[in-house]
Amino acid sequence: MISARNIILACLLVLTPLTARAVQPDEIMTDQRLEARARALSAQLRCMVCQNESIDESNADLARDLRLLVRERLQAGDSDDQIRAYLVRRYGDFILLKPPFKPETWLLWGAPFLVLLVGGCIIFIARRRQKSLVPANLLSEAERAKLNALLGEDGS
Amino acid sequence: MIVETGHYALVLALALALVNSILPVWGSIARDRRLMAVAPPVALMGFGLVAYAYVALTTAHVVSDFSLVNVVENSHSAKPLIYKITGVWGNHEGSMLLWVLVLSLFAAAVALFSRSMPQDLRANVLAVQSWIAAAFLLFILLTSNPFARLAEAPAEGNDLNPLLQDPGLAIHPPLLYLGYVGLSITYSFAAAALISGRIDAVFARFVRPWTLIAWISLTLGIAMGSYWAYYTLGWGGFWFWDPVENASLMPWLAATALLHCTAVMEKREALKIWTIFLSILAFSLSLVGTFLVRSGVLTSVHAFASDPTRGVFILLILVIFIGGSFALFALRAGGLKQGGLFAPVSREGALVLNNLLLTTCCATVFIGTLYPLALEAVTGEKISVGAPFFNLTFVPLFIPLFILMPFGQLLPWKRGDLAGVAQRLTVAFGAGLIFMALLAAWRGGPAVSVILSGVALYVLAGSFVDLGRRLFGGDISASIVSQRVRCLPRHAFGTAFAHAGLGVTLLGLAATGWGAEKIISLKPGERVEIGPYELTFESVVPGNGPNYSELVGRTVIGAKGAVVATIEPATRFYPARGMNRSEAGIATLGFGQVYMSIADVAANGVVNARIFWKPLVSLIWIGALVMAFGGCLSLSDRSFRVGIARRARKAQVPSPQPAE
Repeated sequence: MISARNIILACLLVLTPLTARAVQPDEIMTDQRLEARARALSAQLRCMVCQNESIDESNADLARDLRLLVRERLQAGDSDDQIRAYLVRRYGDFILLKPPFKPETWLLWGAPFLVLLVGGCIIFIARRRQKSLVPANLLSEAERAKLNALLGEDGS
Repeated sequence: MIVETGHYALVLALALALVNSILPVWGSIARDRRLMAVAPPVALMGFGLVAYAYVALTTAHVVSDFSLVNVVENSHSAKPLIYKITGVWGNHEGSMLLWVLVLSLFAAAVALFSRSMPQDLRANVLAVQSWIAAAFLLFILLTSNPFARLAEAPAEGNDLNPLLQDPGLAIHPPLLYLGYVGLSITYSFAAAALISGRIDAVFARFVRPWTLIAWISLTLGIAMGSYWAYYTLGWGGFWFWDPVENASLMPWLAATALLHCTAVMEKREALKIWTIFLSILAFSLSLVGTFLVRSGVLTSVHAFASDPTRGVFILLILVIFIGGSFALFALRAGGLKQGGLFAPVSREGALVLNNLLLTTCCATVFIGTLYPLALEAVTGEKISVGAPFFNLTFVPLFIPLFILMPFGQLLPWKRGDLAGVAQRLTVAFGAGLIFMALLAAWRGGPAVSVILSGVALYVLAGSFVDLGRRLFGGDISASIVSQRVRCLPRHAFGTAFAHAGLGVTLLGLAATGWGAEKIISLKPGERVEIGPYELTFESVVPGNGPNYSELVGRTVIGAKGAVVATIEPATRFYPARGMNRSEAGIATLGFGQVYMSIADVAANGVVNARIFWKPLVSLIWIGALVMAFGGCLSLSDRSFRVGIARRARKAQVPSPQPAE
């Protein structure tokens, strides 16, 4: 399959001026700790006009605006959670690449455990049923004695 | 003229597919050998016709016949020949034709190479394959005709999307299609087995090589796609948990599970129902992937222009084939007898656990990919499920698989001894732990990277413990070892290499934590340090390609004063579409890579650059190659050739080719 990523990127290049690229040198903050936080935050925020890219990766103008916004808020002294909350108020949960844990997404987050649990139960039940179908002791006493005699005492 | 004949060939192929959809099944029900014998030659003819149509379309692209809509929209007379050829599958219609070509190729391969199969099984397999072919040929002819003409041919075409003008396009889609569509054979086998009620070790033996072929192709195709994205996108990422990537990962996971569970069924006649289920599931997921990519339900911005009628058509195909096969499955599965008893701690038990985990991984990807769609449909609420979700759910599921993998290889069938196996894995455990300690002392760095590297080395060492024991155990000399190498079944080597490949990939992934990144404006002549290297950005040189102009930023990589490599990251401009693409400059040094991409070249020669040092990054893809190599070793195993040996005796012609 032609990677959708490439295609999306191609489409974006058509839509956006050629100057816009992922994180630019002029966006980077002097404070390295804040910058590292900005990068980590950006990687978890969706570029709203892209398909599944974070604003850290995206070349779209909107992504750049959001990156600058995140840095602005960081500079103003907001915590990561405050920035996320602020962006969710503005754009909705859609902006979070990691969906929040709430009733609507319980099924999503719980799915892996649920599947594992159900699968485990099915295997357990299948085993029990199989055991009950086959008699536990397939050898008669006489056969067992004969076998033991053939194998020697330790081989039973 | 050749275009019209190509179109006609497609219509004929549809007619043949319809013939083959009915007669062989009828024959198998009526026990009429003549009707069943219809299937192989018709399958071969069908392949011939589709291949002809494909060649016709390629010819139109190569000679730039701009009276074809498809050529106008995706080609340009100045485009290099290789992209004229590969551009055929760089668009919806052409790639659909490739899809059907691969489908009929597999049918033809079954017709040719599976003569030792029971006749009714083969007839039914080819019939089911023809149902799929007929559905997709109908789809092409009704909604996506690549041979549509224009009343007035323009003088020039629109060119192919520059991002697709890449050697990656030559390799990636065909491999992926071999994988996706290769799974159709296992699907057809499962459906045929359900129809004829013949589900036994023979079934597993015939299915296994086909699954392997599909799995090898998928592995290589996915790896290739990831590398392609890595070097074209300009920021060094290689996996994005993008829906389309997920669409290829799901069949891979299902195929991997299937591969392991056919082993159980072949050797021990256990897990029959599950094998059939996975065979159907794997191809169903391929179909789902096709639907997701082409219907436009998942994406707003999309290359394969999303036409609602196409989406509905594919959805219909999806419902009929997936629904039909699972209905058949539900009808027949109850009557299947489960064979082969085994204790929980045994090879079978390990493979059941493997299947449980792989299926859960697959389900996680499936739900993560489709949940936003479902939620929006139900409540209208929009959420995103991106990389952080998958990293939190998929990765923890995969780690136990890595830990368990060497155990599975060492456990004997029926009943095993866990403590004994653990004891034999001491070396592997030790290697992993020592490696972790060394890395922690040397690099420090992210704990995740240290731990994953240790796990990777454990997997790598553990993969070969069994092999080592069987080759070098006891009293040995060189001649004994070489004799053992020859006598040991190839699939034992295959398993070891495929598992080791996964370890290699994991090591590459773990090492990403030690990478370095710089985003910087560079003046000509400026130096910058990255990881253990020093880069000197020399200058920007303009250049011209066949259908693009480019700006190349020559950069020299040095280490300790000596020049080790030169890279030429570039930005290219394609005037036909007015589009840019960046071409990363990559130097592979050891297993690591220095990666540089440039953008925004200013008049005074200053560029904005992204520079990465990625230690061991090439191992990610080398691991995939090792996995595929393991698959090929397994494929060359003698046990797959049993059928052909019998046939060769009968026909008195020695056949050098394996039955696959």
